[in-house]
Amino acid sequence: MSIEEGDKLHVVTADDISNNKKRLGKFLVWGSALILSFTLLIQALDTNAVLTIGLETWRPSLYAYVLWAFCLCASQVLTRGEHGKRVLFVLPAALFVISMVVFPLLFGLVIAFSDWNLSSPDGRTFNGWDNVRQMWVDPFYWNALKNMVWYTLVIILEYTVAFGLAILLNSQIRGRKFFRVAFLLPLMLSPVAVSWMIGKSMLEIRFGPISRFLRWLASEPSTDLPSLLYYPGMYIADLAQWFGWASPSFFGSAGIARAMIMAMDAWTFIPFMMIMILAGLQAIPRELYEASEVDGASKWRQFLEITFPLMLPVSITAVLIRIIFKLKLADIIINITSGGPGGATDSVTSFIFREYRDRSNVGYGTLLAIVYLVIIVIAMTVLIKLADRWMKPRY
Amino acid sequence: MSNQIFRDSDSDRQFSASWFTGRVFVYSILLLWAFICLFPIYWTITTSFKMAPDVMKGNIIPWVDFTPKWLGWRSLGLSPETIGIESTVREEFLKRFWNSAIVSVCSSILAVGLGSCAAYGLSRFNYRFGFMRNSDISFFFLSQLILPPVVLALPFLVLYKSLNLLDTRIGLILLYTLTVLPIVIWIMRDQFSSIPTELEEAALVDGLSVWGAFTTIIMPIALPGMVAAFILSLVLTWNEYFFAALLTSSHAKTLPVMVASQTGSQGISWWSMAALSFAAILPLIVIAIILERYIIKGMAAGAVK
Repeated sequence: MSIEEGDKLHVVTADDISNNKKRLGKFLVWGSALILSFTLLIQALDTNAVLTIGLETWRPSLYAYVLWAFCLCASQVLTRGEHGKRVLFVLPAALFVISMVVFPLLFGLVIAFSDWNLSSPDGRTFNGWDNVRQMWVDPFYWNALKNMVWYTLVIILEYTVAFGLAILLNSQIRGRKFFRVAFLLPLMLSPVAVSWMIGKSMLEIRFGPISRFLRWLASEPSTDLPSLLYYPGMYIADLAQWFGWASPSFFGSAGIARAMIMAMDAWTFIPFMMIMILAGLQAIPRELYEASEVDGASKWRQFLEITFPLMLPVSITAVLIRIIFKLKLADIIINITSGGPGGATDSVTSFIFREYRDRSNVGYGTLLAIVYLVIIVIAMTVLIKLADRWMKPRY
Repeated sequence: MSNQIFRDSDSDRQFSASWFTGRVFVYSILLLWAFICLFPIYWTITTSFKMAPDVMKGNIIPWVDFTPKWLGWRSLGLSPETIGIESTVREEFLKRFWNSAIVSVCSSILAVGLGSCAAYGLSRFNYRFGFMRNSDISFFFLSQLILPPVVLALPFLVLYKSLNLLDTRIGLILLYTLTVLPIVIWIMRDQFSSIPTELEEAALVDGLSVWGAFTTIIMPIALPGMVAAFILSLVLTWNEYFFAALLTSSHAKTLPVMVASQTGSQGISWWSMAALSFAAILPLIVIAIILERYIIKGMAAGAVK
């Protein structure tokens, strides 16, 4: 860990650190590291029943780790003076993330290759590649992965809607503040509440307002109506009946159920993309449009030649972040369909959630999760590389 | 009467007509989308004041279709008659509400604290941790965003079990801090890089230390950005369901878990579910209306460079 020459913030500091301080710093780090390893050793021996102190939890190790982390930070300042103080900006966050991500991930790898059911008394045993073999022939996991592809592809549609709304919000309109707040609200709502509000009540077959509305559309108009209204009414009713809206069902068939989940997720996240795109639109200089107007460009031409190309970087960022959020999609599915009908709406996350919740199958579930992570990392790397290549020629 | 001398040319009159249809088109789409956004919220509020027959008949407009009743709120113990008397449901609800509030506020504060420092350091100094340079460290932090919660969930379950952190608020706070940290760093890095370094240079010349300059000069300037990051974290952590459902059971259960557990059991007593759902989303609706500016600023931060 050292700070290079040529800081972004140019400061020259005279550090003379006495040898005593340096020694103290070293002593702190190594001393606390010793305490940490000693605690870990004792605990390991205790859990393997070599020693019998009867420690119930691993808390002491946690405290020893925290102590070590503090000493590491303190020693940075003691031994390296001004440079140490700068390291102190990043070090706590880095230690936090490493301890919260890297350890569990390594731990997860161990779990993934073992046969471990929390409800069985046997505990954990290694089973090598058995979980992988099981995954290979598990149709539900592949089905969930396939669903994720569908869920991700819908982002193109969400993006189109978000772009359209952002353009409208960016135009000269009255009550912009109202529309902005109204459009933002779905993003604030908890997916669990949304799954009740929309999935369980508004889309309820008997009493939900949406099914009521669809049934009303599908019903024959009364003959008292003037013919000007009657015939379009008949036409709409026929059309609605053809769609099967006379007895609407939203979570009965696979396709419609998936579309409903997509719609609800889109409803909550379209504001997110919309706001990012809106920020991008506002950053486009007005002069470009004025110049193009002088040159006689139509609105459509302006969009194609100015707005869209200039928005490409923002769009790609927005879509990438949206993909990342989409890959975590689970709450709505868990609460509305729990994967049904027949796994048609399952996302990987909700599938693993049930694998754990209903079957306590920790080992297998973790393997599925890790495979998912690997797939995501590969896919995202490819996407980001492609996006980079795409964006380059435009500039 | 004399003839009109000056008249709009045909093309101008056409323009006015097309302008008018354009306006109608724009406003109708905006209003339609506003309706789509607001109707579910309106539906939830009104349903919480309905009674069984109103639900069955599909009455929608209060005082016209039906007379509002406190039925839903009474089942939560929050209606005017029941607010004074003991109510186990209300206590349960308040406990969950309080859990959610503590967990989301603490983890957001922690994330903004850790994240701002890291983002400031990364925007101002060059680091080298082994082979990792500044851009690698930034990427390391931001890449946590890709990590899906399922991957961490099961290891954390086992880890927390052995650390006795299962079903505690601290456990949730730590985990939530981890999940929002990348977003905070992303927003704050953008904020700090827009502040000129001359400010600190002047402060350092005047004898402040690096940390002194950070806390007294830079933080006040970056405060709006920090508020934005804080609110975004608050939204994400308040709504979080997945970890809370797996890692909490009775003591530290948060509001979304309570809402989810009620969904199945309530059947058609929509009024109480509506009251509960609405109570769960109300804090964020209020925040959205009051602090809309900051939320939009926060989300726009990463988008435009």
